[in-house]
Amino acid sequence: MSDTKFKNDVPLDIARWGFPGKFDVTVKQDSDDLFEDSKMLVNIGPTHPAMHGAFRCMAKLNGETIEKSYCEFGYTHRAKEKLGENRTFHQFVVYTDRLNYCSSLINNVTYAMAVERMMGIQVPDRAVWIRMMCAEIARVIDHLICVGINAVDLGAFSYFLYGYNQRERAYTLIEKLCGARLTTSYTRIGGLMSDAPEGWEKEVKDWVKETRAVIAEMDKLLTENRIWLNRTKEVAVFNKEQCLQYSFTGPNARAAGVNIDLRRDQPSMFYDKVEFDVPIAQVGDVFDRYYVRVEEIKQSLNIINQCADRLKPGAIWAEDKRTRIPEKDAVYNTMEGLIHHFKFFMNGFDVPKGEAYTSFEAANGELGFYIVSKGGPKAHRMRIRGPSFWHYQGLDPMIKGEYIGDLVAALGSINVIAGELDR
Amino acid sequence: MDIRTPVPTIYGHFHEKYGPTWAEHTNALKESFGDAIEAILMPVESPVDMPTIFVKKDKAHELLSELKNKYSYSFLTDMTATDELEDEESEKEGIRFHLVFHLMNIESKIRIRIKIKLKDAEKIPTFIEIWPGTNWAEREIFDMFGVHFEGHPDLRRILMDMRWEGHPLRKDYPLRGYQIFLTPEPLDPELLK
Repeated sequence: MSDTKFKNDVPLDIARWGFPGKFDVTVKQDSDDLFEDSKMLVNIGPTHPAMHGAFRCMAKLNGETIEKSYCEFGYTHRAKEKLGENRTFHQFVVYTDRLNYCSSLINNVTYAMAVERMMGIQVPDRAVWIRMMCAEIARVIDHLICVGINAVDLGAFSYFLYGYNQRERAYTLIEKLCGARLTTSYTRIGGLMSDAPEGWEKEVKDWVKETRAVIAEMDKLLTENRIWLNRTKEVAVFNKEQCLQYSFTGPNARAAGVNIDLRRDQPSMFYDKVEFDVPIAQVGDVFDRYYVRVEEIKQSLNIINQCADRLKPGAIWAEDKRTRIPEKDAVYNTMEGLIHHFKFFMNGFDVPKGEAYTSFEAANGELGFYIVSKGGPKAHRMRIRGPSFWHYQGLDPMIKGEYIGDLVAALGSINVIAGELDR
Repeated sequence: MDIRTPVPTIYGHFHEKYGPTWAEHTNALKESFGDAIEAILMPVESPVDMPTIFVKKDKAHELLSELKNKYSYSFLTDMTATDELEDEESEKEGIRFHLVFHLMNIESKIRIRIKIKLKDAEKIPTFIEIWPGTNWAEREIFDMFGVHFEGHPDLRRILMDMRWEGHPLRKDYPLRGYQIFLTPEPLDPELLK
């Protein structure tokens, strides 16, 4: 017999059911068959409604308990890293949208930072503040989806709809910035696609106010709900030690007590000028991952407010001849502008020789771009370090010994996004 | 203006803040490993953003464990590879791939980069004993570059189909082309044994 370790070796007590002492039952401890033909293989995915993307998880069950599982992915592989070596740095902006499509603005911002760092370009303050607001709005959207969908999977449907409304309104705000809702492509190397319209920050502040109220309502609705607690407390635990072994970052690591937040520890943009707290939990179960995200939404809303207060009119482009896209007025009316325009879009700009790993705290964890340039308009290597790749790897050890129904809770709580996982 | 130009809003202060620690750690490593370290590129002197240590293949595992345990670079941020085909220096040495590790100190959040030079078709022992999380990273490197990791428990393709031919991120692999599979590939039941 294999030495499969079940977490159910202990009597089922408050940890599982919340009724202390009432059930004095011990689940069968060894990996012998529970009953005749109790071992079976269950294939979940690639297109299963509970998988949220094209992943596949093959689980070997003993009764209802997962003895072993094997996860597969790659169904939406679009060769982003190869394309990164065959497209100019400007052309690659649109591909970053399709990484984590729930928070594409964060990907845009991180990519723009990565290339600007390699070229030594400092963007004006207004652009930085707008980028920060974008990143935080995207984070709120991503967390709302994650906790909402996680709750839907476990049967709390109305909870999701509260958040969904706010999410739609946030997309409308983003639409006012760049005309697109989901695949934004808002940043450019050395600036932004367009300036925020007049009065945008006021609308954002109104949205923040409403969202705060909605989050408080959502919190009341679900967080202390007994069924929710029973389904999530002590389920799919991934502790601090494991988080470090499997390179977990972001809310999933913070839920297990790893004290890391790149916005605070490695401040880029103006994150050292705003005040916010980093919520940290200790156990690392589904509930902690849920609640860390809810708390983070509140913190993000604070940051958005602080940014909106400091947003001053000004330039949004760094006046660097290499990356500045000429204004349309100059393109249509001057010869130099026209030449500049064509040179920019047909040949791209040269990024000096060098290599850099630029990372930012994305909604799910550390998103990093490792760019190696040997000079010229195309990268030698465009490595995308997406957090989902490492989180999904942790799913196998996480669900070992859990019930098959908890697989859905675990997968929803680590918020694996197929676009970022497959790249 | 390149990576050496400090950009205030993109960690522009890093060189001043972490420079002394980086110098201290790289000097200590140079002393204890001697010839096994082929080169060290330091920020500002070279166009890199963090110290890049080139280490010989046979000493790589030892160096990484020491970095993890002694210098507490315990967090493996990323593991990847680059194809150095048509690079003049690499061509002279007969080198094809660079394995790249990005490590982070979980306490002080200092980062460091380790590179290992590999020849074409050269094998390297797996790193799973040091970080279990390298399992999939190694599978991805095998899938994309065709680098073999000896002793890996499950060295199969991870992003591409199991029947795929070629390693897409190699520089001599074409950008366009088709390999069409009309039947699905069922999962091997042996994997769940």
